[in-house]
Amino acid sequence: MSIIIENLTHIYNPKSPFETTALKDISLCIEKGEFIGLIGHTGSGKSTLIQHLNGLLKPSTGKIIINGLDITQKDVKLKAIRQKVGLVFQYPEHQLFEETIYKDVAFGPTNLGLSEKEIETRVRAAIEWVGLPFDEVKERSPFELSGGQRRRVAIAGVVAMKPEVLILDEPTAGLDPKGRDEILEQVKSLHRQYKMTVILVSHSMEDIAKLVDRIIVMHKGTVALTGVPREVFKHVELLEEIGLGVPQITYLMKKLKAAGKPIKEDALTIVEAKQEILNWMGRMKKC
Amino acid sequence: MENMIEISNLIYEYTSEGRESVLAVKNVSLRVRKGEFVAIIGHNGSGKSTLAKHINALLLPTGGKVYVMGLDTSNESHTWKIRQIAGMVFQNPDNQIVATIVEEDVAFGPENLGIQPKEIRSRVEDALGSVDMLEYRKKGPHLLSGGQKQRVAIAGVIAMKPQCIILDEPTAMLDPSGRKEVMETVKRLNKEESITIVHITHFMDEAVEADRVIVMEEGQIVLEGKPREVFAQVETLKKLGLDVPQVTELADQLIKEGINIPKDILTVDEMVRYLCQ
Repeated sequence: MSIIIENLTHIYNPKSPFETTALKDISLCIEKGEFIGLIGHTGSGKSTLIQHLNGLLKPSTGKIIINGLDITQKDVKLKAIRQKVGLVFQYPEHQLFEETIYKDVAFGPTNLGLSEKEIETRVRAAIEWVGLPFDEVKERSPFELSGGQRRRVAIAGVVAMKPEVLILDEPTAGLDPKGRDEILEQVKSLHRQYKMTVILVSHSMEDIAKLVDRIIVMHKGTVALTGVPREVFKHVELLEEIGLGVPQITYLMKKLKAAGKPIKEDALTIVEAKQEILNWMGRMKKC
Repeated sequence: MENMIEISNLIYEYTSEGRESVLAVKNVSLRVRKGEFVAIIGHNGSGKSTLAKHINALLLPTGGKVYVMGLDTSNESHTWKIRQIAGMVFQNPDNQIVATIVEEDVAFGPENLGIQPKEIRSRVEDALGSVDMLEYRKKGPHLLSGGQKQRVAIAGVIAMKPQCIILDEPTAMLDPSGRKEVMETVKRLNKEESITIVHITHFMDEAVEADRVIVMEEGQIVLEGKPREVFAQVETLKKLGLDVPQVTELADQLIKEGINIPKDILTVDEMVRYLCQ
């Protein structure tokens, strides 16, 4: 079970002077339970791609199969797709609209036609999962909360749908470092506990390096590169050419190596870099 | 040197009907010199934006005073003069662009000042030139990338010929290359045109570029100094829920392992230099 994308092409405003090809013949396979980091600069096609995964956009040509369901077929019900794939947009807190936090999170599950009891169980679990105290916040208005808390309520609304695939489009934009770490930590635990497939869109190479199993790099509507972070972040020149970069710590290791130090240059986190530098200095002492 | 901004004992209270009022800024005093580049960091809700909005009289003090070039912001007759001296750029470029053509958007401010068309034309040209967007002057803003849109927003402020620009998380929504473009523009305006910069950000590598870093927490200034002094306090910053640059954190951890390097390393090149000694 997985996500299979076959020869996906998407053209905006076809046969008009504004015709733009946003995705060009993309083929991808994402395994069930994989944690994917999707990176690429503005306009590279990331958003167009993820909007196809929950049926918001239909391909101009090509196929998308999610856990066995071909969502590009004409007779597929959108509800069935949305149940499988949860999409958290950028700045999702702008989409909160209900009077109470409970009602807002319950909106999706209610539309699925679940029983009251099941809805309550799900809403409670989702709100607690995003780190908010259920009994305290359930009757409050979402608009009384801080920006970071509102964003968590919005994410809870998607989690309450119990999707098999969770897609987050820059879930930490505009949050402070602590708020960012909290949300990413929660995404990580969701991935671990429920073996959910997660696709994280982010501009932070540091976060991507810390979290994901595999990176997909988009450029001009195609997949420019894919692989484990250690592989992908080796391609510094290519990444910079297409408006991206590598974590600061990876730049450091590359420069040390370039200065002739016997160091492995593929460290991605501070912990790895520290170990590598200590090993190197330890070896020096022995000489 | 003369002060661009002088804030003394500023208090600001948000009040709304039927709810307890909240003190967002508690007795803050701060001076920003002409031509200085100041970065303000602090977590969400620490009062950074509230403080910044006082600098161009979008908010007026509940207590204390704010002076911009010696003009008291609470005196209404100064409001327009102050907004012309101190321009503001916000987080979301899409919320700040009003026209359908780039050059018309940049002309919007000067038009409202009642400036002659010929003068407006030359200001728009200069402003777009200084953010390196002249070649996009006839384009629709919706065709631009985030970084380009944000540079157009900055050009709109520059066309007002300000002496100070306040940027409230201008890079939060941008990709790495967009962030770089905006930061390079800001630095150049500061260095070459001597425009005073107040830059609010969550990105510590941006704060490193400033002359001075101010850390806010619960409506107060809790730490202040050169980037090197501020970021050397890794533990304190982490306790406040803030980051330090990755290399600074690495330096901190290596020191704990007994490696002899300074704890105020801020950039990759400095770290390479010390490790290769």
